[in-house]
Amino acid sequence: MTIPDGGLPVTRRLILRGAGSVALAGFNVATFRADAAFAAANDRYPDDAFKQKDAKEAIKLLYGRTAEPSDKIKLDAPEIAENGAVVPISVSTSLANVTSIAFVVPENPNVLAAYYKIPQGTMPNVANRLKMAKTSNVTVIVEAGGKLYSATKEVKVTVGGCGG
Amino acid sequence: MASSIRVRAIANGETTDVQTLIQHPMDSGFIKDDKGEFIPAHFIQVLTFEHNDRPVFIADWGTAVSKDPYVKFTFKGGAKGDDLKVSWIDNKGETDTATFKIQ
Repeated sequence: MTIPDGGLPVTRRLILRGAGSVALAGFNVATFRADAAFAAANDRYPDDAFKQKDAKEAIKLLYGRTAEPSDKIKLDAPEIAENGAVVPISVSTSLANVTSIAFVVPENPNVLAAYYKIPQGTMPNVANRLKMAKTSNVTVIVEAGGKLYSATKEVKVTVGGCGG
Repeated sequence: MASSIRVRAIANGETTDVQTLIQHPMDSGFIKDDKGEFIPAHFIQVLTFEHNDRPVFIADWGTAVSKDPYVKFTFKGGAKGDDLKVSWIDNKGETDTATFKIQ
């Protein structure tokens, strides 16, 4: 697949979704919030990706392609999580020009957990706490220099955090 | 009303570390209450951080982010006394905004 030179994530997504959604995306940005931060972010909340039940589909919706594993990503997550409601997970990477980091938990009801946009000048390190329904791999997707990289680690969950 | 947002932003010379805790139920919509009825989804969707009107971090969140979410990141720049503006909006359209001084 060809990638437009210097294409921002939003540009690629708009191209992938076709011209029909261009007007829609513009409408959302304008009405969602007339806040400088949201306007400057120049992107809308990826609602459809966050509703996906399949990890590959969610990544495809979010980025339009697949990621390749990279040993330059350090994914920190516990081997065993006693409480699936609060699983501390952090990531850091030595990859250059990182523009976004996404966390995917394939065994969760909604597989995409979080998607962080990393503007220029922000370090590619994120720590957060996620819910895990049951034992699952956790995959982190790092978008760097227009390419997608991933790292995966299994977390065993003793008490799930989503089923109730 | 007290802010739902708590931030500790510390300048370390070239970079600023930002740790954030937000009070929010982050209901996934998959959990039942005592009567066996699903608690409707209620979760923060977008959280933004601005330093000097420039976005330094944007989080898009789904239902799998833990209750009372925590997030930590680091950006280049930032000096003691600078403003860091933090805003969130959830799936019900509720919002909160607060501005913090970098320490």
